[in-house]
Amino acid sequence: MDGYIIGTIIKAVLILLILSALAGFGTYLERKVLAFMQRRLGPYHVGPYGLLQILADGIKLFTKEDFIPAGANRIIFMIAPAITAATAFIALAAVPLLPEFTIFGIKVRPIVSDLNIGLLFVIAMMGVGLYGPLLAGMAQENKWGLLGSARTAVQFLSYEVVTGLSILAPIMMVGSLSLIDFNNYQAGGISHWIIWKQPLAFILFLISGYAETNRTPFDLLEHEAEIISGYATEYSGLRWGMFFIGEYTNMITIGFLASLIFLGGFNPLGFIPGGIAIILKVSFFFFLMLWIRAAWPHIRPDQLMWLCWKVLMPLAVLNILITGIVMMV
Amino acid sequence: MSEKKRVGVQNYRFIELEPTPTTAWGKFKRVLKRSVKLELFVGLKVTFREMFKALFMGEMHTVKYPLEKLPISPRYRAIHEMKRLLESGHYRCIGCGLCEKICISDCIRMDTRYDENQRKEVVEYTINFGRCIFCGYCAEVCPELAITHGGRYETASEQRASFSLFEDMLTPIDKLKEQKEYPGFGAISPNADENIKKTPLAY
Repeated sequence: MDGYIIGTIIKAVLILLILSALAGFGTYLERKVLAFMQRRLGPYHVGPYGLLQILADGIKLFTKEDFIPAGANRIIFMIAPAITAATAFIALAAVPLLPEFTIFGIKVRPIVSDLNIGLLFVIAMMGVGLYGPLLAGMAQENKWGLLGSARTAVQFLSYEVVTGLSILAPIMMVGSLSLIDFNNYQAGGISHWIIWKQPLAFILFLISGYAETNRTPFDLLEHEAEIISGYATEYSGLRWGMFFIGEYTNMITIGFLASLIFLGGFNPLGFIPGGIAIILKVSFFFFLMLWIRAAWPHIRPDQLMWLCWKVLMPLAVLNILITGIVMMV
Repeated sequence: MSEKKRVGVQNYRFIELEPTPTTAWGKFKRVLKRSVKLELFVGLKVTFREMFKALFMGEMHTVKYPLEKLPISPRYRAIHEMKRLLESGHYRCIGCGLCEKICISDCIRMDTRYDENQRKEVVEYTINFGRCIFCGYCAEVCPELAITHGGRYETASEQRASFSLFEDMLTPIDKLKEQKEYPGFGAISPNADENIKKTPLAY
Protein backbone atom coordinates (compact mmCIF):
# COMPACT_ATOMS: atom_id res chain seq x y z
CA MET A 1 0.00 0.00 0.00
CA ASP A 2 2.88 2.34 0.83
CA GLY A 3 4.42 1.57 -2.52
CA TYR A 4 1.15 2.46 -4.19
CA ILE A 5 1.00 5.84 -2.50
CA ILE A 6 4.64 6.65 -3.24
CA GLY A 7 4.22 5.49 -6.83
CA THR A 8 1.14 7.65 -7.27
CA ILE A 9 2.92 10.69 -5.86
CA ILE A 10 5.89 10.13 -8.17
CA LYS A 11 3.58 9.76 -11.14
CA ALA A 12 1.64 12.90 -10.23
CA VAL A 13 4.80 14.97 -9.84
CA LEU A 14 6.24 13.62 -13.08
CA ILE A 15 3.05 14.41 -14.99
CA LEU A 16 2.96 17.88 -13.48
CA LEU A 17 6.58 18.61 -14.40
CA ILE A 18 6.54 17.09 -17.87
CA LEU A 19 3.20 18.55 -18.85
CA SER A 20 4.05 22.07 -17.69
CA ALA A 21 7.33 21.84 -19.59
CA LEU A 22 5.40 20.61 -22.63
CA ALA A 23 2.98 23.49 -22.24
CA GLY A 24 5.91 25.89 -22.43
CA PHE A 25 7.25 24.05 -25.44
CA GLY A 26 3.75 24.23 -26.90
CA THR A 27 3.88 28.02 -26.92
CA TYR A 28 7.14 27.82 -28.86
CA LEU A 29 5.65 25.32 -31.31
CA GLU A 30 2.57 27.44 -31.78
CA ARG A 31 4.57 30.55 -32.56
CA LYS A 32 6.85 28.66 -34.89
CA VAL A 33 4.11 26.83 -36.82
CA LEU A 34 1.94 29.92 -37.13
CA ALA A 35 4.96 31.85 -38.37
CA PHE A 36 5.78 29.25 -41.01
CA MET A 37 2.18 29.22 -42.21
CA GLN A 38 2.36 32.99 -42.62
CA ARG A 39 5.79 32.68 -44.26
CA ARG A 40 7.60 34.25 -41.32
CA LEU A 41 10.49 32.88 -39.30
CA GLY A 42 9.04 33.02 -35.81
CA PRO A 43 11.26 33.01 -32.71
CA TYR A 44 14.74 33.03 -34.14
CA HIS A 45 17.35 34.92 -32.18
CA VAL A 46 17.42 33.33 -28.72
CA GLY A 47 19.34 30.08 -28.87
CA PRO A 48 19.42 27.56 -31.73
CA TYR A 49 16.27 27.96 -33.85
CA GLY A 50 14.94 30.25 -31.13
CA LEU A 51 14.50 27.32 -28.74
CA LEU A 52 15.64 29.30 -25.70
CA GLN A 53 12.76 31.72 -26.33
CA ILE A 54 10.78 29.56 -23.90
CA LEU A 55 13.36 30.29 -21.21
CA ALA A 56 13.37 33.98 -22.04
CA ASP A 57 9.58 34.09 -21.83
CA GLY A 58 9.70 32.24 -18.53
CA ILE A 59 12.18 34.73 -17.06
CA LYS A 60 10.03 37.57 -18.29
CA LEU A 61 6.90 36.13 -16.70
CA PHE A 62 8.64 35.43 -13.40
CA THR A 63 10.14 38.88 -13.06
CA LYS A 64 7.08 40.87 -14.08
CA GLU A 65 5.20 42.84 -11.51
CA ASP A 66 2.35 40.86 -10.00
CA PHE A 67 -0.33 43.46 -10.40
CA ILE A 68 -3.76 43.44 -8.79
CA PRO A 69 -6.12 46.27 -9.78
CA ALA A 70 -7.46 48.49 -6.99
CA GLY A 71 -11.11 47.64 -7.52
CA ALA A 72 -10.60 43.93 -7.95
CA ASN A 73 -11.80 41.25 -5.58
CA ARG A 74 -8.33 40.25 -4.42
CA ILE A 75 -8.95 36.69 -3.25
CA ILE A 76 -10.94 35.57 -6.26
CA PHE A 77 -8.55 37.40 -8.55
CA MET A 78 -5.66 35.44 -7.07
CA ILE A 79 -7.42 32.07 -6.98
CA ALA A 80 -8.86 32.12 -10.53
CA PRO A 81 -5.68 31.28 -12.50
CA ALA A 82 -4.91 28.47 -10.07
CA ILE A 83 -8.31 26.93 -10.82
CA THR A 84 -7.58 26.82 -14.55
CA ALA A 85 -4.10 25.38 -14.13
CA ALA A 86 -5.00 22.93 -11.37
CA THR A 87 -8.08 21.48 -13.03
CA ALA A 88 -6.16 21.05 -16.26
CA PHE A 89 -3.65 18.85 -14.44
CA ILE A 90 -6.29 17.08 -12.32
CA ALA A 91 -8.12 16.12 -15.50
CA LEU A 92 -5.01 14.26 -16.63
CA ALA A 93 -5.16 12.03 -13.54
CA ALA A 94 -7.59 9.64 -15.17
CA VAL A 95 -5.94 9.63 -18.59
CA PRO A 96 -3.58 6.75 -19.40
CA LEU A 97 -0.68 8.51 -21.07
CA LEU A 98 1.44 5.57 -22.26
CA PRO A 99 1.19 1.78 -22.33
CA GLU A 100 2.46 -0.22 -19.37
CA PHE A 101 6.21 -0.54 -19.16
CA THR A 102 8.79 -2.03 -16.80
CA ILE A 103 11.51 0.09 -15.22
CA PHE A 104 13.98 -1.16 -12.53
CA GLY A 105 11.96 -4.37 -12.38
CA ILE A 106 8.79 -2.50 -11.38
CA LYS A 107 5.75 -2.65 -13.60
CA VAL A 108 4.52 0.90 -14.16
CA ARG A 109 1.06 1.85 -15.34
CA PRO A 110 1.38 5.45 -16.54
CA ILE A 111 -1.99 6.52 -15.20
CA VAL A 112 -2.34 8.21 -11.85
CA SER A 113 -5.64 6.57 -11.04
CA ASP A 114 -7.67 4.20 -13.22
CA LEU A 115 -11.07 5.43 -12.14
CA ASN A 116 -14.09 3.48 -13.27
CA ILE A 117 -15.65 6.81 -14.27
CA GLY A 118 -12.47 8.02 -15.96
CA LEU A 119 -13.95 9.78 -18.96
CA LEU A 120 -16.69 11.43 -16.92
CA PHE A 121 -14.05 12.66 -14.46
CA VAL A 122 -11.92 14.16 -17.21
CA ILE A 123 -14.83 15.93 -18.86
CA ALA A 124 -16.09 17.19 -15.50
CA MET A 125 -12.66 18.53 -14.53
CA MET A 126 -12.23 20.32 -17.84
CA GLY A 127 -15.69 21.79 -17.32
CA VAL A 128 -14.73 23.01 -13.83
CA GLY A 129 -11.67 24.59 -15.46
CA LEU A 130 -13.95 27.19 -17.02
CA TYR A 131 -14.55 28.59 -13.54
CA GLY A 132 -11.08 30.10 -13.94
CA PRO A 133 -11.95 32.50 -16.78
CA LEU A 134 -15.45 33.03 -15.39
CA LEU A 135 -14.26 34.15 -11.95
CA ALA A 136 -11.20 35.95 -13.29
CA GLY A 137 -13.30 38.06 -15.62
CA MET A 138 -15.80 39.01 -12.95
CA ALA A 139 -13.23 39.64 -10.18
CA GLN A 140 -11.06 42.16 -12.00
CA GLU A 141 -13.46 45.09 -12.34
CA ASN A 142 -12.82 45.59 -16.01
CA LYS A 143 -15.37 45.79 -18.78
CA TRP A 144 -13.38 43.62 -21.12
CA GLY A 145 -12.93 41.07 -18.37
CA LEU A 146 -16.67 41.09 -17.71
CA LEU A 147 -17.39 40.56 -21.40
CA GLY A 148 -14.86 37.75 -21.38
CA SER A 149 -16.57 35.99 -18.52
CA ALA A 150 -19.98 36.50 -20.10
CA ARG A 151 -18.62 34.83 -23.18
CA THR A 152 -17.21 32.05 -21.03
CA ALA A 153 -20.71 31.37 -19.79
CA VAL A 154 -22.08 31.41 -23.35
CA GLN A 155 -19.38 29.04 -24.49
CA PHE A 156 -19.82 26.71 -21.57
CA LEU A 157 -23.58 26.52 -22.13
CA SER A 158 -22.98 25.80 -25.80
CA TYR A 159 -20.34 23.14 -26.07
CA GLU A 160 -20.76 21.12 -22.90
CA VAL A 161 -23.93 19.40 -24.09
CA VAL A 162 -22.26 18.45 -27.37
CA THR A 163 -19.18 17.05 -25.62
CA GLY A 164 -21.29 14.82 -23.44
CA LEU A 165 -23.65 13.63 -26.16
CA SER A 166 -20.94 13.06 -28.76
CA ILE A 167 -18.94 10.65 -26.60
CA LEU A 168 -22.08 8.92 -25.36
CA ALA A 169 -22.25 6.78 -28.49
CA PRO A 170 -18.68 5.41 -28.13
CA ILE A 171 -19.37 4.86 -24.42
CA MET A 172 -22.44 2.81 -25.34
CA MET A 173 -20.33 0.69 -27.68
CA VAL A 174 -17.52 0.10 -25.20
CA GLY A 175 -19.76 -0.21 -22.18
CA SER A 176 -17.34 1.47 -19.81
CA LEU A 177 -16.14 4.93 -18.84
CA SER A 178 -12.56 3.90 -18.16
CA LEU A 179 -10.18 5.10 -20.84
CA ILE A 180 -8.13 1.89 -20.49
CA ASP A 181 -11.22 -0.10 -21.49
CA PHE A 182 -11.58 2.21 -24.50
CA ASN A 183 -8.00 1.43 -25.40
CA ASN A 184 -8.41 -2.32 -25.02
CA TYR A 185 -11.61 -2.26 -27.10
CA GLN A 186 -9.57 -1.05 -30.09
CA ALA A 187 -6.68 -3.49 -29.59
CA GLY A 188 -7.15 -5.25 -32.93
CA GLY A 189 -5.37 -2.71 -35.14
CA ILE A 190 -6.46 0.16 -37.37
CA SER A 191 -9.66 -1.54 -38.54
CA HIS A 192 -10.88 -1.74 -34.94
CA TRP A 193 -10.62 1.99 -34.30
CA ILE A 194 -13.86 3.54 -33.12
CA ILE A 195 -13.52 6.38 -35.62
CA TRP A 196 -14.63 4.06 -38.43
CA LYS A 197 -17.82 3.21 -36.58
CA GLN A 198 -18.43 6.67 -35.15
CA PRO A 199 -17.08 9.24 -37.62
CA LEU A 200 -19.81 11.74 -36.74
CA ALA A 201 -19.09 11.44 -33.03
CA PHE A 202 -15.40 12.03 -33.74
CA ILE A 203 -16.10 15.26 -35.62
CA LEU A 204 -18.53 16.48 -32.98
CA PHE A 205 -16.04 15.67 -30.22
CA LEU A 206 -13.28 17.54 -32.01
CA ILE A 207 -15.47 20.61 -32.51
CA SER A 208 -16.56 20.69 -28.89
CA GLY A 209 -12.99 19.97 -27.82
CA TYR A 210 -11.86 23.10 -29.61
CA ALA A 211 -14.56 25.05 -27.81
CA GLU A 212 -13.46 23.47 -24.54
CA THR A 213 -9.85 24.55 -24.95
CA ASN A 214 -10.73 28.01 -26.33
CA ARG A 215 -8.92 27.27 -29.55
CA THR A 216 -9.34 29.42 -32.58
CA PRO A 217 -12.62 28.89 -34.29
CA PHE A 218 -14.12 29.35 -30.83
CA ASP A 219 -11.63 31.54 -28.98
CA LEU A 220 -14.31 33.95 -27.88
CA LEU A 221 -13.01 34.33 -24.35
CA GLU A 222 -10.00 36.45 -25.14
CA HIS A 223 -10.29 37.45 -28.73
CA GLU A 224 -7.82 40.33 -28.88
CA ALA A 225 -9.43 42.18 -31.73
CA GLU A 226 -12.77 42.46 -29.97
CA ILE A 227 -12.35 42.41 -26.20
CA ILE A 228 -8.64 43.21 -25.68
CA SER A 229 -7.76 40.02 -23.88
CA GLY A 230 -11.08 39.10 -22.32
CA TYR A 231 -10.78 37.49 -18.95
CA ALA A 232 -6.98 37.88 -18.94
CA THR A 233 -6.97 41.65 -19.50
CA GLU A 234 -5.81 42.67 -16.03
CA TYR A 235 -3.52 39.72 -15.45
CA SER A 236 0.22 39.90 -15.70
CA GLY A 237 3.26 37.86 -14.85
CA LEU A 238 2.94 34.35 -13.55
CA ARG A 239 -0.82 34.49 -12.97
CA TRP A 240 -1.33 35.19 -16.65
CA GLY A 241 1.13 32.40 -17.39
CA MET A 242 -0.91 29.95 -15.33
CA PHE A 243 -3.94 30.53 -17.56
CA PHE A 244 -1.83 29.59 -20.51
CA ILE A 245 -0.25 26.56 -18.88
CA GLY A 246 -3.83 25.46 -18.22
CA GLU A 247 -4.89 26.14 -21.79
CA TYR A 248 -1.99 24.25 -23.34
CA THR A 249 -2.39 21.35 -20.92
CA ASN A 250 -6.05 21.19 -21.91
CA MET A 251 -5.00 21.08 -25.56
CA ILE A 252 -2.77 18.10 -24.81
CA THR A 253 -5.56 16.45 -22.80
CA ILE A 254 -8.01 16.83 -25.69
CA GLY A 255 -5.37 15.31 -27.96
CA PHE A 256 -5.02 12.35 -25.61
CA LEU A 257 -8.80 11.92 -25.30
CA ALA A 258 -9.36 12.02 -29.05
CA SER A 259 -6.56 9.50 -29.63
CA LEU A 260 -7.71 7.20 -26.84
CA ILE A 261 -11.41 7.26 -27.63
CA PHE A 262 -11.37 7.28 -31.41
CA LEU A 263 -7.92 6.52 -32.79
CA GLY A 264 -6.86 3.33 -31.04
CA GLY A 265 -5.03 4.85 -28.07
CA PHE A 266 -1.68 3.36 -27.22
CA ASN A 267 -2.08 0.09 -29.06
CA PRO A 268 0.91 -0.74 -31.25
CA LEU A 269 0.43 0.58 -34.76
CA GLY A 270 1.99 -1.94 -37.11
CA PHE A 271 5.72 -1.78 -36.45
CA ILE A 272 5.40 1.38 -34.30
CA PRO A 273 5.31 0.58 -30.55
CA GLY A 274 2.28 1.81 -28.64
CA GLY A 275 4.00 4.55 -26.68
CA ILE A 276 5.34 6.23 -29.80
CA ALA A 277 2.03 5.70 -31.59
CA ILE A 278 0.07 7.69 -29.04
CA ILE A 279 2.69 10.45 -28.92
CA LEU A 280 2.42 10.72 -32.71
CA LYS A 281 -1.36 10.89 -32.51
CA VAL A 282 -1.33 13.56 -29.81
CA SER A 283 1.27 15.53 -31.76
CA PHE A 284 -0.98 15.37 -34.79
CA PHE A 285 -3.94 16.74 -32.84
CA PHE A 286 -1.75 19.48 -31.38
CA PHE A 287 -0.54 20.40 -34.85
CA LEU A 288 -4.12 20.34 -36.12
CA MET A 289 -5.07 22.93 -33.51
CA LEU A 290 -2.26 25.23 -34.64
CA TRP A 291 -3.06 24.56 -38.29
CA ILE A 292 -6.69 25.46 -37.80
CA ARG A 293 -5.69 28.60 -35.92
CA ALA A 294 -3.63 29.65 -38.92
CA ALA A 295 -6.36 28.91 -41.42
CA TRP A 296 -9.78 29.71 -40.03
CA PRO A 297 -11.40 32.85 -38.71
CA HIS A 298 -13.21 32.66 -35.43
CA ILE A 299 -16.96 32.88 -35.04
CA ARG A 300 -19.26 35.08 -33.03
CA PRO A 301 -20.71 33.95 -29.69
CA ASP A 302 -24.21 33.77 -31.12
CA GLN A 303 -22.95 31.70 -34.02
CA LEU A 304 -21.30 29.31 -31.58
CA MET A 305 -24.55 28.92 -29.67
CA TRP A 306 -26.49 28.47 -32.91
CA LEU A 307 -23.99 25.89 -34.10
CA CYS A 308 -23.93 23.91 -30.88
CA TRP A 309 -27.63 23.87 -30.05
CA LYS A 310 -29.25 23.83 -33.46
CA VAL A 311 -26.79 21.78 -35.51
CA LEU A 312 -24.41 19.75 -33.40
CA MET A 313 -26.77 18.69 -30.62
CA PRO A 314 -29.45 17.27 -32.97
CA LEU A 315 -26.70 15.49 -34.90
CA ALA A 316 -25.31 14.05 -31.67
CA VAL A 317 -28.75 12.86 -30.53
CA LEU A 318 -29.35 11.33 -33.95
CA ASN A 319 -26.00 9.59 -33.72
CA ILE A 320 -26.87 8.13 -30.31
CA LEU A 321 -30.26 7.00 -31.62
CA ILE A 322 -28.76 5.24 -34.63
CA THR A 323 -26.02 3.66 -32.52
CA GLY A 324 -28.65 2.41 -30.10
CA ILE A 325 -30.80 0.93 -32.86
CA VAL A 326 -27.79 -0.78 -34.45
CA MET A 327 -26.74 -2.21 -31.08
CA MET A 328 -30.27 -3.48 -30.38
CA VAL A 329 -30.50 -5.16 -33.75
CA MET B 1 -16.94 40.59 -68.24
CA SER B 2 -14.55 38.86 -65.95
CA GLU B 3 -12.89 37.16 -68.91
CA LYS B 4 -11.96 40.48 -70.48
CA LYS B 5 -10.39 41.86 -67.33
CA ARG B 6 -8.17 38.88 -66.80
CA VAL B 7 -5.04 40.63 -68.01
CA GLY B 8 -1.55 39.86 -66.92
CA VAL B 9 0.24 37.00 -65.26
CA GLN B 10 -1.19 37.25 -61.79
CA ASN B 11 -4.53 35.61 -62.56
CA TYR B 12 -6.79 38.14 -60.95
CA ARG B 13 -10.18 36.66 -60.71
CA PHE B 14 -13.56 37.65 -59.52
CA ILE B 15 -15.14 35.73 -56.71
CA GLU B 16 -18.62 34.64 -57.58
CA LEU B 17 -20.63 35.95 -54.66
CA GLU B 18 -24.24 34.94 -54.31
CA PRO B 19 -26.69 37.30 -52.68
CA THR B 20 -26.94 36.76 -48.93
CA PRO B 21 -30.01 34.66 -48.14
CA THR B 22 -32.67 36.40 -46.09
CA THR B 23 -35.00 33.57 -45.19
CA ALA B 24 -34.20 31.00 -42.54
CA TRP B 25 -34.52 28.18 -45.06
CA GLY B 26 -32.11 29.95 -47.40
CA LYS B 27 -29.58 30.40 -44.60
CA PHE B 28 -29.89 26.76 -43.65
CA LYS B 29 -29.36 25.71 -47.25
CA ARG B 30 -26.24 27.86 -47.45
CA VAL B 31 -24.79 26.36 -44.28
CA LEU B 32 -25.53 22.88 -45.57
CA LYS B 33 -23.93 23.63 -48.92
CA ARG B 34 -20.85 25.11 -47.35
CA SER B 35 -20.47 22.20 -44.96
CA VAL B 36 -20.91 19.52 -47.59
CA LYS B 37 -18.63 21.24 -50.10
CA LEU B 38 -15.86 21.12 -47.46
CA GLU B 39 -14.83 24.70 -48.11
CA LEU B 40 -13.11 24.80 -44.74
CA PHE B 41 -10.54 22.31 -45.92
CA VAL B 42 -9.54 24.61 -48.76
CA GLY B 43 -8.34 27.06 -46.10
CA LEU B 44 -6.35 24.32 -44.41
CA LYS B 45 -4.83 23.34 -47.74
CA VAL B 46 -3.76 26.91 -48.49
CA THR B 47 -2.02 27.44 -45.16
CA PHE B 48 -0.26 24.09 -45.40
CA ARG B 49 0.87 24.85 -48.93
CA GLU B 50 2.26 28.20 -47.83
CA MET B 51 4.13 26.53 -44.97
CA PHE B 52 5.59 23.95 -47.35
CA LYS B 53 6.66 26.65 -49.79
CA ALA B 54 8.17 28.78 -47.04
CA LEU B 55 10.13 25.94 -45.49
CA PHE B 56 11.30 23.94 -48.48
CA MET B 57 11.07 26.19 -51.52
CA GLY B 58 12.73 29.30 -50.14
CA GLU B 59 9.69 31.55 -50.14
CA MET B 60 10.15 32.81 -46.60
CA HIS B 61 9.25 36.47 -46.55
CA THR B 62 11.22 37.58 -43.50
CA VAL B 63 14.22 39.81 -44.16
CA LYS B 64 16.64 39.43 -41.25
CA TYR B 65 17.06 43.19 -41.29
CA PRO B 66 20.33 44.11 -39.61
CA LEU B 67 21.98 41.09 -41.23
CA GLU B 68 20.51 41.48 -44.69
CA LYS B 69 19.04 44.52 -46.38
CA LEU B 70 16.74 45.06 -49.29
CA PRO B 71 18.14 47.07 -52.22
CA ILE B 72 17.08 50.69 -52.10
CA SER B 73 16.29 52.89 -55.02
CA PRO B 74 19.18 54.99 -56.40
CA ARG B 75 16.83 57.97 -56.09
CA TYR B 76 16.69 57.44 -52.36
CA ARG B 77 17.45 60.63 -50.49
CA ALA B 78 19.31 59.83 -47.28
CA ILE B 79 22.40 61.40 -45.66
CA HIS B 80 24.29 63.63 -48.09
CA GLU B 81 27.58 62.76 -49.71
CA MET B 82 30.30 65.17 -50.73
CA LYS B 83 32.06 64.04 -53.88
CA ARG B 84 35.70 64.45 -54.93
CA LEU B 85 37.20 65.14 -58.31
CA LEU B 86 38.32 61.85 -59.79
CA GLU B 87 41.60 63.17 -61.27
CA SER B 88 43.06 65.23 -58.45
CA GLY B 89 41.16 63.90 -55.46
CA HIS B 90 40.32 67.48 -54.42
CA TYR B 91 36.79 68.04 -53.22
CA ARG B 92 34.43 69.28 -55.88
CA CYS B 93 32.74 71.97 -53.81
CA ILE B 94 33.62 75.42 -55.10
CA GLY B 95 32.04 77.24 -52.22
CA CYS B 96 29.39 78.99 -54.33
CA GLY B 97 26.83 78.83 -51.53
CA LEU B 98 23.84 77.94 -53.74
CA CYS B 99 22.88 74.99 -51.57
CA GLU B 100 22.90 77.19 -48.52
CA LYS B 101 20.62 79.68 -50.24
CA ILE B 102 18.12 77.20 -51.69
CA CYS B 103 17.79 75.12 -48.54
CA ILE B 104 14.14 75.56 -47.55
CA SER B 105 14.60 74.41 -44.00
CA ASP B 106 17.66 76.55 -43.62
CA CYS B 107 19.85 73.82 -42.28
CA ILE B 108 23.01 74.16 -44.37
CA ARG B 109 25.69 76.47 -43.01
CA MET B 110 28.90 77.09 -44.92
CA ASP B 111 31.83 79.45 -44.60
CA THR B 112 34.51 80.06 -47.23
CA ARG B 113 37.67 82.08 -47.68
CA TYR B 114 40.37 82.63 -50.30
CA ASP B 115 43.38 80.39 -49.83
CA GLU B 116 46.99 81.31 -50.73
CA ASN B 117 46.32 80.58 -54.44
CA GLN B 118 43.29 82.92 -54.43
CA ARG B 119 40.98 79.92 -54.82
CA LYS B 120 37.85 79.57 -52.76
CA GLU B 121 38.25 77.11 -49.93
CA VAL B 122 35.51 75.66 -47.73
CA VAL B 123 36.45 76.20 -44.12
CA GLU B 124 33.18 75.16 -42.58
CA TYR B 125 30.30 73.15 -43.96
CA THR B 126 27.63 71.59 -41.80
CA ILE B 127 24.13 70.28 -42.33
CA ASN B 128 21.79 70.25 -39.36
CA PHE B 129 20.09 66.89 -39.75
CA GLY B 130 17.68 67.75 -37.00
CA ARG B 131 16.09 70.16 -39.45
CA CYS B 132 16.91 68.72 -42.86
CA ILE B 133 13.80 67.43 -44.60
CA PHE B 134 15.79 65.60 -47.29
CA CYS B 135 14.03 67.44 -50.08
CA GLY B 136 17.02 67.18 -52.40
CA TYR B 137 17.11 70.83 -53.52
CA CYS B 138 20.78 71.19 -52.52
CA ALA B 139 21.76 68.27 -54.73
CA GLU B 140 19.55 69.59 -57.52
CA VAL B 141 21.04 73.07 -57.50
CA CYS B 142 24.73 72.13 -57.15
CA PRO B 143 26.52 73.15 -60.35
CA GLU B 144 29.50 70.86 -59.71
CA LEU B 145 27.62 67.67 -58.73
CA ALA B 146 29.51 68.04 -55.48
CA ILE B 147 26.71 67.42 -53.00
CA THR B 148 24.36 64.50 -53.60
CA HIS B 149 22.17 62.28 -51.53
CA GLY B 150 23.51 58.89 -50.54
CA GLY B 151 21.94 55.64 -49.39
CA ARG B 152 22.93 55.86 -45.74
CA TYR B 153 19.53 55.63 -44.07
CA GLU B 154 20.46 54.24 -40.65
CA THR B 155 20.81 57.57 -38.95
CA ALA B 156 20.53 56.72 -35.29
CA SER B 157 23.54 58.11 -33.48
CA GLU B 158 24.65 59.41 -30.14
CA GLN B 159 25.19 62.91 -31.44
CA ARG B 160 23.40 64.88 -34.04
CA ALA B 161 26.74 66.07 -35.36
CA SER B 162 27.87 62.54 -36.17
CA PHE B 163 26.96 62.74 -39.84
CA SER B 164 26.83 66.40 -40.48
CA LEU B 165 30.41 67.68 -40.80
CA PHE B 166 32.01 68.20 -44.17
CA GLU B 167 34.73 65.61 -43.48
CA ASP B 168 32.15 62.98 -42.55
CA MET B 169 30.23 63.42 -45.76
CA LEU B 170 33.26 63.70 -48.00
CA THR B 171 34.33 60.58 -49.88
CA PRO B 172 37.41 59.21 -48.07
CA ILE B 173 40.51 59.80 -50.19
CA ASP B 174 41.40 56.09 -50.24
CA LYS B 175 37.90 55.19 -51.43
CA LEU B 176 38.14 57.53 -54.40
CA LYS B 177 38.12 54.65 -56.88
CA GLU B 178 34.80 53.41 -55.47
CA GLN B 179 33.09 56.78 -55.66
CA LYS B 180 29.92 56.47 -57.71
CA GLU B 181 28.25 59.25 -59.61
CA TYR B 182 24.73 60.07 -58.60
CA PRO B 183 22.57 58.57 -61.34
CA GLY B 184 20.13 61.44 -61.16
CA PHE B 185 16.59 61.98 -60.12
CA GLY B 186 15.16 59.91 -62.97
CA ALA B 187 17.24 56.85 -62.15
CA ILE B 188 15.57 53.48 -61.86
CA SER B 189 16.28 50.99 -59.11
CA PRO B 190 18.74 48.15 -59.84
CA ASN B 191 16.03 45.49 -59.66
CA ALA B 192 13.53 47.47 -61.74
CA ASP B 193 13.18 44.68 -64.29
CA GLU B 194 12.04 42.25 -61.63
CA ASN B 195 9.52 44.69 -60.27
CA ILE B 196 7.73 45.21 -63.57
CA LYS B 197 4.48 43.32 -63.68
CA LYS B 198 1.41 43.55 -65.78
CA THR B 199 -1.57 45.09 -64.11
CA PRO B 200 -5.16 44.95 -65.29
CA LEU B 201 -5.64 48.22 -67.11
CA ALA B 202 -8.65 47.47 -69.29
CA TYR B 203 -11.13 49.98 -67.99
